[in-house]
Amino acid sequence: MAYPANYKYTREHEWIEVSGKTGTVGITDYAQNSLGDIVFVDAPKVGSKVEKGAIFGSVESVKAVSDLYSPVSGTVTEVNESLKDSPEKINTDAHAAWIIKVELSDSAELDSLLDAAAYEKFIAEETGK
Amino acid sequence: MATSAPPALRRTALNAMHHRMGAKMVDFGGWDMPVEYSGLIAEHMAVRTGVGVFDVSHMGDIQLRGPEALAAVQHITINDVSKLQLGQAHYSAMLYPQGTFVDDVIVHKFSDNDYLIVINAGTREKDYNWVKSNVQRFHCHASDYSDFYTQLAIQGPKAAETLAKLTNLDLSTIKGYWFKWGTACGLSNTLVARTGYTGEDGFEIYVPSDVVTSERVWNEVLEAGKEFGILPCGLGARNTLRLESAMSLYGHEISETINPFEAHLERFLKLDKGNFLGSDALKKVQAEGGPKRKLVGLEVIERGIARDGYPVLNASGEKIGVVTSGSPAPFLKKNIALAYVPVELAFIDNEVAVEIRGNPVKAKIVPTPFYRRPKKTA
Repeated sequence: MAYPANYKYTREHEWIEVSGKTGTVGITDYAQNSLGDIVFVDAPKVGSKVEKGAIFGSVESVKAVSDLYSPVSGTVTEVNESLKDSPEKINTDAHAAWIIKVELSDSAELDSLLDAAAYEKFIAEETGK
Repeated sequence: MATSAPPALRRTALNAMHHRMGAKMVDFGGWDMPVEYSGLIAEHMAVRTGVGVFDVSHMGDIQLRGPEALAAVQHITINDVSKLQLGQAHYSAMLYPQGTFVDDVIVHKFSDNDYLIVINAGTREKDYNWVKSNVQRFHCHASDYSDFYTQLAIQGPKAAETLAKLTNLDLSTIKGYWFKWGTACGLSNTLVARTGYTGEDGFEIYVPSDVVTSERVWNEVLEAGKEFGILPCGLGARNTLRLESAMSLYGHEISETINPFEAHLERFLKLDKGNFLGSDALKKVQAEGGPKRKLVGLEVIERGIARDGYPVLNASGEKIGVVTSGSPAPFLKKNIALAYVPVELAFIDNEVAVEIRGNPVKAKIVPTPFYRRPKKTA
């Protein structure tokens, strides 16, 4: 699975795609693969605040629960409601099945995130452990 | 402790096969075992609707032989071994003198003076030492044959049709919890038992544990089950399958601090068979009015998944118990759990809450097993 070059990544395995002031957030293919069959997504409500590095929700597979960490600070503008009935979309295409959209409060926060090459190197090290 | 390096993980004879087949591996009680191959839900559904095969060679096998083997097994287990016929097996458990679990086991009667006890992987050494020291006063010998067998579990409504292609045994003559020896995959004197840990019909076969034989048998089972959509299955599906069937798992529903009354296993407890390890303590529990807590099945009513270790709360939000196993149930499509609650609250339809990551989520007590396989219609 290729990691889109126009996305940025966290060490907690979220991705963010930024267009203007809006960031679209999901979990990476590596994350969905380690979790296995995803059955439940707990996302915040539209209008709630998220903070860079803080937990904003969770994703659960049959066997595990995993916290979601926000790549940026801002306000949730949209939630992917289709994941309520079809959370397995994340397994099928993790880089398309977004979880929330956030209006960024500080675009400079993006600079500390990993680019695709750095993220791939990071997960290669994780796997090699 | 002088050593700092973690001990190397133990491997079954099929370990290289699991890695080659791309299974996701996990450390399970010190064993490098497959947690899933194609996906937990697909594997779970294959066993409920077709057939799946599990490598369960990490399970331990203790054989007790000698003129007093029957008395020895009676002494160390809770079920009545004198009721077993040659070729029959039963679920049982070993207890400490205080009446709590050493482990749960399956006892097979090979002959009047020869029994096989199948034990859990994580407790192999503890169990063997326990058996050895407690049968010393009997004229019998305990042998640890755990490493001699590759044990495969072939499970599901199509298990019999799958295995039938590989054996000369007439499988219809082996009832549930019975076993026979026959030729399987060209191996004579193979133990074929109609047992399992999935709540489904199925068999467990015990073959020599060399890599060449083990891999050949594994491949032959996969080939035989192909037309039924057989899937190799990992411990993930094994866990959700046994949970839907409300079967106990050591370290969860049963442990060194839990007794058989609490664990809802009275039907396997034969206090009238004579004294055995733990019987005095259990009679005392009975005399004092029975257990204070009870294992129950929970179905989560609101949105949320109960998981192992989550607190169970009453209506006022006070902690009254704990979830021992909790998961989404792939076949039932519900979120279910097993939990200990006080006996006075352990009644069907009673509403409680499970604290899921800080939030109370409504659940109700439901009958177990959550899943019961359909009766054969043919």
